[in-house]
This record gives sequence, structure tokens and C-alpha cells, in this order.
Amino acid sequence: MKIIIDTKILGLLIGGLLCSALAMAAGEDETAWSQVLKPKYFGNRPIEENTNLIELTAPYRAEDPALVPVSITAKIPQTAEKYIKTITLIIDNNPTPFAAAFHFTPDSGKADLALRLRFNTYTPIRAIAETNDGKLSMTKVDVKASGGCSAPIGADLDAAMARLGKMKFKLENDKISPHQPNLAQLLVSHPNITGMQMDQISRMIKPAHFVDSVKISFNGKPIMSAQTDIAVSADPNFRFYFVPDKAGELKAEIKDNLGKEFSYVQTVTP
Amino acid sequence: MIHRDSILLLIGLLSMRPSAAEPLNLTEAAAGVFVHQGVHELPDSKNHGEIANIGFIVGERCVAVIDSGGSPAQGRALRSAITAKTPIPVCYVINTHVHPDHIYGNKAFKAAGIAFIGHWKLAQAMASRAPYYMEKASRDLENGLQREDFIPPDLPVETTRELDLGGRKLTLTAHGPAHTDSDLSVYDDKTQTLWLADLLFMDHIPVIDGSLNGWLKELRSLTKIKANRAIPGHGPMTGEWPKAAEAEIHYLEMLRNDIRAYLKQGKTMEQAMAELGQPARAQWRLFDEFHKRNISTAFAELEWED
Repeated sequence: MKIIIDTKILGLLIGGLLCSALAMAAGEDETAWSQVLKPKYFGNRPIEENTNLIELTAPYRAEDPALVPVSITAKIPQTAEKYIKTITLIIDNNPTPFAAAFHFTPDSGKADLALRLRFNTYTPIRAIAETNDGKLSMTKVDVKASGGCSAPIGADLDAAMARLGKMKFKLENDKISPHQPNLAQLLVSHPNITGMQMDQISRMIKPAHFVDSVKISFNGKPIMSAQTDIAVSADPNFRFYFVPDKAGELKAEIKDNLGKEFSYVQTVTP
Repeated sequence: MIHRDSILLLIGLLSMRPSAAEPLNLTEAAAGVFVHQGVHELPDSKNHGEIANIGFIVGERCVAVIDSGGSPAQGRALRSAITAKTPIPVCYVINTHVHPDHIYGNKAFKAAGIAFIGHWKLAQAMASRAPYYMEKASRDLENGLQREDFIPPDLPVETTRELDLGGRKLTLTAHGPAHTDSDLSVYDDKTQTLWLADLLFMDHIPVIDGSLNGWLKELRSLTKIKANRAIPGHGPMTGEWPKAAEAEIHYLEMLRNDIRAYLKQGKTMEQAMAELGQPARAQWRLFDEFHKRNISTAFAELEWED
């Protein structure tokens, strides 16, 4: 009996040691970023770390690691003189750290953004904003999660594949308010398979199949475009702003890594 | 500093310690219907994932196991418990769905003359989730789970299937996406017992890993079945049917109504997760562990409704 208790305590102690060691490594280690990720995506350009330009919101503990809501709030309006040109999202310890890069225009109104991401482990997520003057600033938060990228493909892949490429826009109160930033949401039906989930009967890894390009325009004018990778959750979902001058057509053009293209147009009115 | 390899070795040794050495505690919920009631805990390294209700039904000729346990060791403990209870052999191992707290004990029953039975989608779900569950087991559960513990059904059920145990007939029903996409229920005609496994949660908060709409739909038809009692996948053996499903249906309907209202108002998943359903907290065990996740799963499903 004594032996069993001792081994249990020992197990807990070791577990505790390991967990805290890993936690510190994951939460505070900037090595991956400074040695690999920053040089890869930003070269030797200076990046200021502050929250003056954008704020990043993500839960400290992911409820579902394959479906983690993340949002970015811009602290400056988009004007022709000064605007946020690009926001890049990097999840340090994901198998593919590059999650997405979003490009905005003055017509975006506000460079706010929300989407859902996969997190594979305890990791920082960082948002790097580039303004039109070429300056970079970064903000980061830590997220505790595990297994988001290898998490099983949604319960009903057949249903998901059947509606592959289906899209819709949602607007506040189903209408637009001209000459001001309007919040909109684009929903895309796509399983966004990571390439890390094992397939079914064959016991083979299911090949990656994910949306890699998103372009949104209003009456032909680009509002927001994005390059996206496997960290974006199944059925990608983007919230963004745009400034309509009058009624018109919101258009989404999507491409995935297998070269499939989808487009969708929705007429919006005041 | 402790060397990393010695830590791993120690963890390996610890995980080999048999986790369910004590005999399984069984309740005879109805004549010949034996259930081991699980505990309302998250699967962890102390309970080794042995948290679900599992058991067996004894006929004159055959025993049918219903869920084999949360770990290889619990499967062996269940096998010993059956041998201690009856000389009648096990002919069937029914797996009610893909979740690891229910089917990790399969290997203990692998033998000639024993057929494994599950939903027609179970083999697919098992294979696709095996690497994920094995990684999780080695990281969190210390229960020594191996690839060989994943035993897909020999007999897939597409709609319904009857099993004759000798003097009692079991009817197995394959359900549409509900708790998971591989849910199977068992009805024992002799005692009119409806073994619902995780289609029914009592006390333990329901966990959505399939479809909220689908689950409510399946519950609508299940509640029409005349039964003396229902056996939940988690919770007590007091399941008066259909009363036992009231709390679960109430919770799932509340989620659906509240999320639909939020979607209509243009509110976000984050807002829904932070704000909805908190008054239900007092009614359910493990509420904080699963409620917000349920909202995110249901939200992602319901936003495609219109």
C-alpha cells in the first residue's frame, strides 16, 4: 500500500515538474520567434512591441483547440493618409506557425478582424501590423491548448464536403449604413483539412486541403484579402469592416491549396 | 537536474502499474443487466480515463458487453467481473460510440467467438481518431493505450440489428449524428431497459461532439420508446424513462434557443461563450469543463442554419 501511494506522489511530482518546465518553455521562450520566425517572415526589419496600434484578444485557455476565437481590434481608423496595410498572425509552436496574413485598404474603414484558429500546444500567438508607412508593430498573447491541428475532422465530413465552397455574408441587421464602417462576416464552408489528421479506413494521413486565399471586394473595390493556412479552423469565418457608399455587391473569391476556386456575390442595401 | 530519459523511464514504469486492480463495482440495474457506474471526473492520470458507465447483459446462452471501459486495465477488470458473476460466455462486445472512456477496454475481450459490434461509422471514426486519442492517452492518462486496443466492429449496424442472447433479445439502433456521429443504443426486451450510453447524460453535463440539432432529433424519437428505465453513459441508474432525459433536453434546447437568438442579433461566438447558459451551472457536474466548448461547437453548427 505504502509503495502505491509513494509512486502516485512521485508521479504527481514528476508530472508537475514536467508540466511547469514545459509551460515555461512554451510561454516565455522567444527563441522560435527571434531565431526562426521573425527572420523568416520579416527579415531584419525592426518590430516595435506595443498595443498602440492593434489589440489582440484570444482566450488564455482554449475550450476547443480546433475552434479558438481570436480577434484583433485596430486603434486607428483607416484613412488614405494612414492605414493598417497588413496584419500577420503567427502561432509560434504550431506545426505551421504562419496562420494568416490579412491585407486592408482605406476602404476597409477599420482594420478589425475576427476568426477562429487551431492551436496545437501552449503557445504565444502574435499579431504583427504593418502600416502604410512600412512600420511594423506587434502584440502577442499566450494560449493554452493541445491537439488542435491533429484533432479529428468534424463529425460529418461527408456533409462538409457536400457543401464545400458554400458561402454567405452576414451584416448587422441585414443592411448597410452608408459612409461609415460596417461590420460584416464571411462564412465559408470548407473542411480545411490540416494534413495532420489520420484518414479512416486506409489509415493514411488525410492530405491537407485548406483555403489558402480569400479576397473580399465591394462593387469591385478590394476591402480585405488574406493568405491563410492550416491554422484556420474548419468552415473559415472572418469578421471585418467595410465602408459602403451606397447599395452594391459584396463579393468573396476563395481559392484552396488544391486549386479549387469558389466565388459568391451578395447584394447589400441600406 | 533529473535527466530527461530517467523521467521518461519512470513515467513509463508508472504507467505500467495496473490501474484497475480492484474488482469492478457492479449494480444490477434490472434482472441480468449489470452496470459499473463511472465517476464525474475529467479523464486524467489518476482515473486513467475510467470514468464512464460500462457493463453487460446476461442471457441464457450469451453475455453481451456494453462498452468495455476507459483503459485496457478496466477492460480486463470488466472481464474478470463477468467471469465472477456468470459462467455464461461473452459472445458480443457492443461499442456505443467512438469516445475513449467507453471503448479502450476492447482488447481484453478479443477472442475467437466474440463479435465486436458498433455503428457503421464507428470503424471510420475509430481509425481517424486513434492517433489523436493515443497521443492524449500517453500525455494525460498513463493507461498504456496501444494501437491494438482499437478494435473496430466485426458487425457494423446500419439501421438496427437484433441479438439473441438466449431468452432475451437486444435491439441495437444506429443513430444519426447526435452526441457523436457513431452513437448506438441498446434495448433489452426482457427488462425493457434502454441502454443509451452517452445519448443520455445525467448529472454530468451533456457533451456535444456530433450535432446539437441531430441530438435533439434523436431524443425526440427515443423518448417515444416505452421503457422501464434508461442507462445513461454518465450518471446514476435511476433513469425513469422518458423522465430521465428531461434535464438533458432542457439544456440542449436552452443552448439552441439562446444561440439562435444571438445569431439573429449578430452576436459573436465569443459573446455566446461568455454570456449564455450560466444559470444552468448549478444543475450539472463538470459544467465549467464542457459548457463553453458546447457553445462553440453548437454555434459553429447553427450559424449555417438559415
